[in-house]
Amino acid sequence: MVQGAQVLMENATIIRPRSKLRLNFKELKSYRELFFYFAWRDVKVRYKQSVLGIGWAILQPFTMMVVFTLFFNKVAKVSSGSVPYAIFSYSGLLFWNYFSSALARSSASLVANQGVITKIYFPRIIAPISATIVALIDFCFAFLVFAGLMIYYHIAPGIAGLLFLVPAILITFIAASGLGMFLSAVNVKYRDVGQIVPFMIQIGLFLTPVIYPISLVPQRFQWILYLNPMTGVINAMRTWWLHQGTINTRLLGLSILSALVLFIVGYIYFKSKEKEFADII
Amino acid sequence: MNQPVIQVKDLSKVYKIGHERKGMKGTTTLRDSLAELAHKPAELITGRRLKKEEFWALRDINFEVNQGEVLGIVGKNGSGKSTLLKILSRIVDPTEGEVRMHGKVASLLEVGTGFHPELTGRENIFFNGAILGMRRKEITSKFDEIVAFSEVEQFLDTPVKFYSSGMYVRLGFAVAAHLDPDILIVDEVLAVGDTAFQKKCLGKMKSVASSGRTVLYVSHNMFSVKQLCNRAIFLDKGHLSYSGDTEDVIDYYLNRESAVKFEEKYEDRPSEAAQFTSFRIVDGKGKASGEIRINEPWCVDIEYKVRKMCPGTIVAIEILDEEGQALYMTSDSDQKNRLEPLKIGSYSARVPLGDVKLVPGTYLIRISIQSPSKIVYDQYEDIVVRILQDARDIRETYFKGKYMGYLANKIDWAVDKV
Repeated sequence: MVQGAQVLMENATIIRPRSKLRLNFKELKSYRELFFYFAWRDVKVRYKQSVLGIGWAILQPFTMMVVFTLFFNKVAKVSSGSVPYAIFSYSGLLFWNYFSSALARSSASLVANQGVITKIYFPRIIAPISATIVALIDFCFAFLVFAGLMIYYHIAPGIAGLLFLVPAILITFIAASGLGMFLSAVNVKYRDVGQIVPFMIQIGLFLTPVIYPISLVPQRFQWILYLNPMTGVINAMRTWWLHQGTINTRLLGLSILSALVLFIVGYIYFKSKEKEFADII
Repeated sequence: MNQPVIQVKDLSKVYKIGHERKGMKGTTTLRDSLAELAHKPAELITGRRLKKEEFWALRDINFEVNQGEVLGIVGKNGSGKSTLLKILSRIVDPTEGEVRMHGKVASLLEVGTGFHPELTGRENIFFNGAILGMRRKEITSKFDEIVAFSEVEQFLDTPVKFYSSGMYVRLGFAVAAHLDPDILIVDEVLAVGDTAFQKKCLGKMKSVASSGRTVLYVSHNMFSVKQLCNRAIFLDKGHLSYSGDTEDVIDYYLNRESAVKFEEKYEDRPSEAAQFTSFRIVDGKGKASGEIRINEPWCVDIEYKVRKMCPGTIVAIEILDEEGQALYMTSDSDQKNRLEPLKIGSYSARVPLGDVKLVPGTYLIRISIQSPSKIVYDQYEDIVVRILQDARDIRETYFKGKYMGYLANKIDWAVDKV
């Protein structure tokens, strides 16, 4: 009889203790606009009462590039091979900043939305994922500067480079949101995450070949760096856009694999902790 | 005839209360957990475990709601009302049991949830609407209606951080009221806001119900529950202790043995700026009692503690009728006739209420520490006093307890024979 009723009412919501990892795509689809509303709100709030507004998205990586060029290239004499150090470091910073800001926003997303989480139901996964969209918008503006630098230095990207642009963005997104999902869920219970993430990002900048070429690292140790998805992305971009250095496609594959693993682990952890968010946040 | 749109079956929710760390809520740091982990092997050996205490916020709740019904949920603070609403709103998961709901559910546990102070009223309508489950198209098509209902047209492009609390509530309710859900769940959201708007909201909820949709309504205000709901359930310490017609449930609530409180000590809450520490109704013989003869000179003793200076604040006592309608209010500023700050310290006050003559019946007493700018530092309204008839009173002899109206003051008539 109960089963009969179930068939009769197809749009019934059943609430019971849950323990599944499955993603409800139908529900997610009906909430799809919320991804963009979260991002839209964050962008709006971020640039309210700010004079430069979106100009900050350009100014930050540009300033970093200038400073790194001065210190690492001019003072410490780090060589960037066939291309000017300025565009070399900018190409690294472009992706590194996208990754780090997506990661920082994503891992803080649940706690930042705690007021909403304890009062309204929505698929929680929207919070860490949509937090990365804001970083993507910044990336787009920063990319315009990169294009400007390419023109300035008379460098034309190769076909492989153009083809790889979207996958590069995707890999960065997968890695950042995977780690972001994991850390945002941990952050619900352990606020230590708020301390760890900025620290991780600072260290990460030096453990990734952002401001130095990977050729500085002995060949046999390079694969360790490639476990970091951003190493693969940044090196591939340098090889195929700036024609600087070479890329071992098997090592690039390692980076992609590591991004996927991060995503899957992050997702599983997030889903397994999801049901307690509202109780303990 | 009617099909139940909400079926709640054996619903329970347990919270594990560990050894709380300095009131840090649920947040623990990694260090705490690591320390705990280090203790585990020792516990295994000694067989002694720090047991986590279990707290059943809800236990075996069963009820059904039919389509088009307006169900009131009443109960004291901590009775499990909020937990029940949170489960029905899918915010938290139940520990046991299940709920089946048919149709689109919208819940309003707090007005203006998700409002961002930096965003304008217009932007917040869109964001709040989206987070409550509305599509952009829906919001656009209802935008004008929402704005009209909220009465904040003028300030639509002002960030809501500049809104008054009344405007904030109005806008929040307006968005939620236009969700067009099949099931609307409303928590005590109308505690703030002016009376006119409260009426408007009640009207809106009534119209939602009369168009065949279902409403679950929680409120402390018995009057509004009575007005709105045809059926109610009464929760007590996580159990469903009574369900039936609203009138019966409210009678039960007010007349239950444990509800008759005339003496109470309140726990210290060190984080509060000001709070009550005790309350007592004292009868004419100087004894604590919840029953007062109509002609008896009774009074209320209260004690309160002020930890931080509260600017322009009053300590007030109100007498409400069974429907939650306030009949009388007095405050410590009555005689001073001006607003003064509450200074740090512990106070006790005796408030003689013998001059407030009420007809026999059951009344609620509400005590509060509040400022006119609607900051409520502390408030209780679950104190019940019964005014009893006095057999020797002439009105009793003649009218057999059928008094007219609310007031029972005796007045000297100047009657002259002409």
